[in-house]
Amino acid sequence: MFIYLLKRVSLGLVIVVFAVTLLFCMIHLVPGDPARILLGPRATPEMIAHLSAQMGLDQPMAMQILKFFGNLLRGDLGMDVITNRPVAEIVFGQLPYTLWLIGSAIVGAMLIGIPLGCYSALHRNTWFDRFSGIISVACITAPAFVVALYSLLIFAVWLKWFPAVGAGEPGDFFDQISHLVLPAIAIGISWVGYLSRLVRASMLEVMGENHIRTARAYGLPENTVVYQYALKLAVLPTVTVIGVGMGFLLSAALFTEIVFSRPGIGKLIFDSITTRNYPVVMGSVLVSTIIFVISTAVSDLINAWLDPRIRNSL
Amino acid sequence: MSKATDNVLSIRNLSIDYATQEGSLKALRNVDLDIPKGQIVGVVGESGCGKSTLISSIIQLMANNAKTTSGTVFFEGEDLLTMSPTKLKSLRGQRMSIVFQDPMSTLNPVLTIGKQMVDIQYRDKRSKSQKRQRSADMLAQVGIPDPASRLNQYPHEFSGGMQQRISIAMALQAQPALLIADEPTTALDATLEVQIIDMLKELQSSIGCSILFISHHLGVIAELCNQVVVMYAGEIVEQGPVSRVFKSPKHPYTQKLLECDPASIAKKTRNLPTIEGEIPNLSDLPAGCIFTSRCHKKTAQCEELKPKRHAVTQGATEKHFVTCHLESL
Amino acid sequence: MLQVLKKVSAEPLGLLGLVLVVLMVASAVLAYWIAPYDPIALNIIDRLQGPSFKHLLGTDQLGRDLFSRVLFGGQVALKVAFISISIALVIGVLLGMVAGFGPKWLDSLIMLFFDTIRSFPTVMFALATVALVGPSLMTVVAVIVVTSIPTYGRVVRTQTLSIKNNEFIKAEQVMGASTARILRVHVLPNVVGPLLILASMDIPTVIALEAGLSFLGMGVKPPTPSWGSILNDGYTLIRNTPWPIVAGSIPLLLVTLGFTFLGESLRDQLDPKLRNNR
Repeated sequence: MFIYLLKRVSLGLVIVVFAVTLLFCMIHLVPGDPARILLGPRATPEMIAHLSAQMGLDQPMAMQILKFFGNLLRGDLGMDVITNRPVAEIVFGQLPYTLWLIGSAIVGAMLIGIPLGCYSALHRNTWFDRFSGIISVACITAPAFVVALYSLLIFAVWLKWFPAVGAGEPGDFFDQISHLVLPAIAIGISWVGYLSRLVRASMLEVMGENHIRTARAYGLPENTVVYQYALKLAVLPTVTVIGVGMGFLLSAALFTEIVFSRPGIGKLIFDSITTRNYPVVMGSVLVSTIIFVISTAVSDLINAWLDPRIRNSL
Repeated sequence: MSKATDNVLSIRNLSIDYATQEGSLKALRNVDLDIPKGQIVGVVGESGCGKSTLISSIIQLMANNAKTTSGTVFFEGEDLLTMSPTKLKSLRGQRMSIVFQDPMSTLNPVLTIGKQMVDIQYRDKRSKSQKRQRSADMLAQVGIPDPASRLNQYPHEFSGGMQQRISIAMALQAQPALLIADEPTTALDATLEVQIIDMLKELQSSIGCSILFISHHLGVIAELCNQVVVMYAGEIVEQGPVSRVFKSPKHPYTQKLLECDPASIAKKTRNLPTIEGEIPNLSDLPAGCIFTSRCHKKTAQCEELKPKRHAVTQGATEKHFVTCHLESL
Repeated sequence: MLQVLKKVSAEPLGLLGLVLVVLMVASAVLAYWIAPYDPIALNIIDRLQGPSFKHLLGTDQLGRDLFSRVLFGGQVALKVAFISISIALVIGVLLGMVAGFGPKWLDSLIMLFFDTIRSFPTVMFALATVALVGPSLMTVVAVIVVTSIPTYGRVVRTQTLSIKNNEFIKAEQVMGASTARILRVHVLPNVVGPLLILASMDIPTVIALEAGLSFLGMGVKPPTPSWGSILNDGYTLIRNTPWPIVAGSIPLLLVTLGFTFLGESLRDQLDPKLRNNR
């Protein structure tokens, strides 16, 4: 178990290092001086030299990377060149909004998608199953930002049921929830479709296995067979899928945060990119990569916790 | 024929079809079978002879495309085919149990042995700890050391032989009247097979249940069973006491089967004998005897006329039946 | 091929997918002839109109005909999808084969590269690239190529590895067959089917990504029409008119749905084993 964790963490670290190096390479391979681009065409050479020094761009690339990691170990992600605040402070200030958004979207999607898939599998080839199959595919293929646009248009602009902008007053729980509903739906809806299809497929597979026949041959009530014996196995793949799907969730969150002008790490990345604020771009991309790496590892651990076969082989 | 009440299970004229794309496949035809109280009845036959269909019909868990076209299956005096699903459910695992072929896939992989063994006692009013105690006792009876703590383990933590012992413990826990054993030793190696067979025999006599034992291993049938039923392509071709059927087989198919059994071959040969030919197409049955195409003793009438079931008279003390024209001569 | 199409069109969803895809390709290819207006011609007098016979989907804030812009936007979407997936396929196949057949360290390195790319959320990677290189159609294509390579590369690598350890391959090697020959004769034919199915199922993702980046103003440069930039116009005008959102989203939704139905139907016909791979 311990060795497994160690392996997992070190692989995650390697990926993070690789990713950062890649970003540095890209910054350097690109023609043009980032400091010059940041300051615009009217900048004086002195200003550019000053900013370059401030961003550490005057040093060799290997040195920059080493320094970046050295600072990273101390929890320092560098300084925002525009506001002169620590990047870490900015990123971690925005992170909770995104985590709440993603979390409520995926929990909602699980609460709807898993029972839906389970019901479809148990009523295979009925009109309900076919209908929910088509709707699921439609949900999966609809891009998050299109769903976000429509929900903004219909529920915020026309019906005025929910607010259109921001994340709500800090401290006002209900205000925050009402700001969370539409963005969470925009992200979650494709996952409802995805999870229901996934659970349907794995439920059908599990229901055909021998041990289900055994349980039935022993006269166990159908409810016990389905909800205790089959469902537990059928839900296992969803954990992995959600862990690996963190990338898609973060991407969807980015679009949704922009459409709803909601604070969060996606909006932070977008804003810092449009203002060419490289330290913030680096910091927030790094943090989202780390979130992704952690989430895959956590999903593996949850899987091991749920599945005794994996638990013992770790 | 003995009276119906002496039989735990009594099957009459059972026929089952499967609906397939090539038309209806007649998997079982006019099967008559009795399992007397406290006896072990073996069923032998090649794969595809209808053994599995027979089992699924007795436990009434049939494939969706299966259709019972005729017959009755009386279990303890009641017809399973017309029984309500609720009643059926109350019999399964209680009066009638089953051990399946592949022990590695019969148990739920993500639930503990204890949970699974306690769950099937759901009809009992006893407390959970009493149920656990009963399961532990049962595990001890099938030879699992330290049963109380092993109840907390998962199936994959046991070897195949152990898992089959657990399956048997689960099946016999409720002291059923009938145990169906579907090739329970096929997936195990020879030494384990002997142990499991001995154990089954012991448990059977202590519980006093009947066993329907399916196997293609003749040696095991001879060792374990009182009666044997030989099936071929969905029909029973010969049935009777093990000692008589194996000593003086009447049906050409039984004779061939016995010749092919590696254990009975006295002479050392390079090639094991086989029965030539293949099982006929069950969706397009021949007019005459089903075994004609592979029979070494066939006559002209075998091609045209279906043979009837005959009692073997010669030297019979117990009932011995064969479905073959040769016997009617 | 014809047989497969026949089978696909035999089931309702497959047929629906096929029809949508054919419509989309046809309207994109023929946009130049079908479009009633020049997609970038300004007509301030007729701006922000709803649908009418004159302007089927209405007009935007500059009076440009949305129907014409949607048609030409389809061209952009198709071009991006087709070019980037083709390039990604070629590179993916090459890398996958090298990883499968090459030395262990090279395999590990390539797999690490794949894992890293997959661990970047695609859109963030795209944004970072756009931030550095600047928005253009080429950037979008490059991003899609890089992020799609791992999917194809993995399939090829798995197949290569499993074939490499076959007895008959060892026999051929002993007889002096070159690696290139083995890859061409034994690996390539086996991966073409799964790869094409994967690619056809990637098309909707790619189209949605292009639209998304253009929506953020990081894809095609205005005034080139793209579904994403139409949606962006709609977003800024959301309190004035719903029509740009409707105009931009409907072709996007229909096409992604069409390619998905078609892809799933193709997969079911050609390779049922892939069903659980995604």
